[in-house]
Amino acid sequence: MTDFEPMPLLAPVHLDHPLPVSGDKLLDRWRLTLVAAGYALSGVPSLVLAILTVLCLCLGPALGVGVLLALLVFPAVAGLTHLHRTASGRLLGREISAGYVETAHLPTLVRPIRWLRDPARWRNVGFLWFSATGGFAMSLLPVALLTMPVTWFIIAVAGGGWTWLLFLVLSGPALAAWWFVTPPLVRARALTERAMLGSSRVADLEQRVEHVEESRAETLDHSAAEVRRIERDLHDGAQARIASVGMSVGLAEKLVRTDPEAAAALLREARETTVSALDDLRSVVRGIHPPVLADRGLSGAVEALALALPVPVSVAVDIPRLPEPVESAAYFAVAECLANVAKHAHAARAWVTGSYDGDRLRLTVGDDGHGGADPRGSGLVGVARRLDAFDGNLRVHSPAGGPTVCEMEVPCRTT
Amino acid sequence: MPDDVTNGSGGGERPLRAVLAEDQALLRVGLTRILESGAVSVVEAVDNAPSLTRALARDDIDIAVVDVRLPPTHTTEGLEAAVAVRAARPGFPVLVLSQWVEPLYARDLLAGGEGSVGYLLKDRVADVDAFLAAVRQVADGGTVLDPEVVASLVSARGRPLDRLTDREREVLTLMAEGRSNAAIAARLVVTEKAVGKHTNNIFTKLDLPQASDDNRRVLAVLAWLDGQ
Repeated sequence: MTDFEPMPLLAPVHLDHPLPVSGDKLLDRWRLTLVAAGYALSGVPSLVLAILTVLCLCLGPALGVGVLLALLVFPAVAGLTHLHRTASGRLLGREISAGYVETAHLPTLVRPIRWLRDPARWRNVGFLWFSATGGFAMSLLPVALLTMPVTWFIIAVAGGGWTWLLFLVLSGPALAAWWFVTPPLVRARALTERAMLGSSRVADLEQRVEHVEESRAETLDHSAAEVRRIERDLHDGAQARIASVGMSVGLAEKLVRTDPEAAAALLREARETTVSALDDLRSVVRGIHPPVLADRGLSGAVEALALALPVPVSVAVDIPRLPEPVESAAYFAVAECLANVAKHAHAARAWVTGSYDGDRLRLTVGDDGHGGADPRGSGLVGVARRLDAFDGNLRVHSPAGGPTVCEMEVPCRTT
Repeated sequence: MPDDVTNGSGGGERPLRAVLAEDQALLRVGLTRILESGAVSVVEAVDNAPSLTRALARDDIDIAVVDVRLPPTHTTEGLEAAVAVRAARPGFPVLVLSQWVEPLYARDLLAGGEGSVGYLLKDRVADVDAFLAAVRQVADGGTVLDPEVVASLVSARGRPLDRLTDREREVLTLMAEGRSNAAIAARLVVTEKAVGKHTNNIFTKLDLPQASDDNRRVLAVLAWLDGQ
């Protein structure tokens, strides 16, 4: 750890050997005490929400009020538990997923009924009670132990006389206890939260399989459509032009003695048509696997895309050669985003950044245009689908008025 | 290849009136030019299936030259229109063109068994005289099949053809493409009499009914190749 960077508040908890005492360890315990204080404080909203949940359940069946209250309470619970999942996840160095059943597509008033049948939501409720009771006590302890000497000091000053002795006798053990129990307690709390709030492994896997099935079907659809497109492009383009060259040359051959001028005109036409047939073939090839991508990888290919754009694009992409399918998906994703910049954004400039950390490929395409890009538009849906096939994702930030930023991420481990 | 041509394509043949269906403007123009250069006047050139169906109802046309794939769905509208018009007007001459050939489609076209039908790759149009001869052959009630279709049918039959000599197999292939004895003789550089001997052998070895006219002969050979 460098001396210049303060340790982040939610860095992973390590159960160090408590002795010998050192400055680093003291700092770490200070940090964890602050975290514990946060956990303890959250006991208050937890209690309030726990009580409101009970109210919802009591009122729900009898009156519509319960449903309306649930529409306020459940999202609040989700918000609070999200904070806990994030904090505990960071402390454990592993993400905790909520695993809620998807309800965004349901009408608002129907959602609470679905929530009632979602085990993840029930785990949230269980967690609220824990946070308001046992969890509260557990997390208050480090804070209480650390502040105990101060409390005794105040009592000693106020009481005078023999209470000085009490201060001296009790402060030592309290601080010692604080030193020893704080890291295990905070870690125990984080582990408990993971057990309560994290979706079970089976549920995680179920969800993942479902997602993989969906994305596989979409990928198959997508590639079938691509193949059809390529076949059409060839049939209507190069193939037709070459057939037409054959016809012109054939007719010229027939006319060459009787009408040499007409034959020459036909041959000229045929020559011009071969040029456009080659153009067609090149564009089809570009649409399948651009030669520059094969030669230069993503970095070069993105630069080539940027050059072809009517808007100035600054490119900061430093990516080593990756597996071809990933390069290709990423290339076409960037190409689509840049095409959108040129078509819709009315931007004065655009930028592409890209990096690879040995684990994930990250690409960002941004522009200073007027924003308002629709992530559900067919182009961006296509991009998301391409990336989804590799477990990647696309995030589009495009407020009205701009700027638009498309962030793409694809997990890609190279060995 | 003029020596393949039985009817000849020099001046003086009877003028024909044709409907042309081809959705690619470039090819429509090329085909029109080539047809007109051979005294086949294109009375209507259409670029989609509904217009083709309308045009095929005309009673002043001698032949239809049709692309298999046409708008609106770009699948096999042209072929279907050809099959439909031959169901409504048996024996109406139709020459189907395509950028690739499919024996299955050939079977659809030949199903009626009336002749006056052709199925060629668009590539063949470049051999202008042979193409024009094919147009006339179809208009006169003959059958013309692309060598590629015949080749795939012949190779699909495999072992039963072992009974034929190499030369007989060559003759069989050319017969299936719709060529007359004279054309086959010219192509193989043998006498017409020799071709006649080969064809007799083929018909005997394959146990085919002897057929006097060229067209029925083609159909018999194709039916055998098609495994009917």
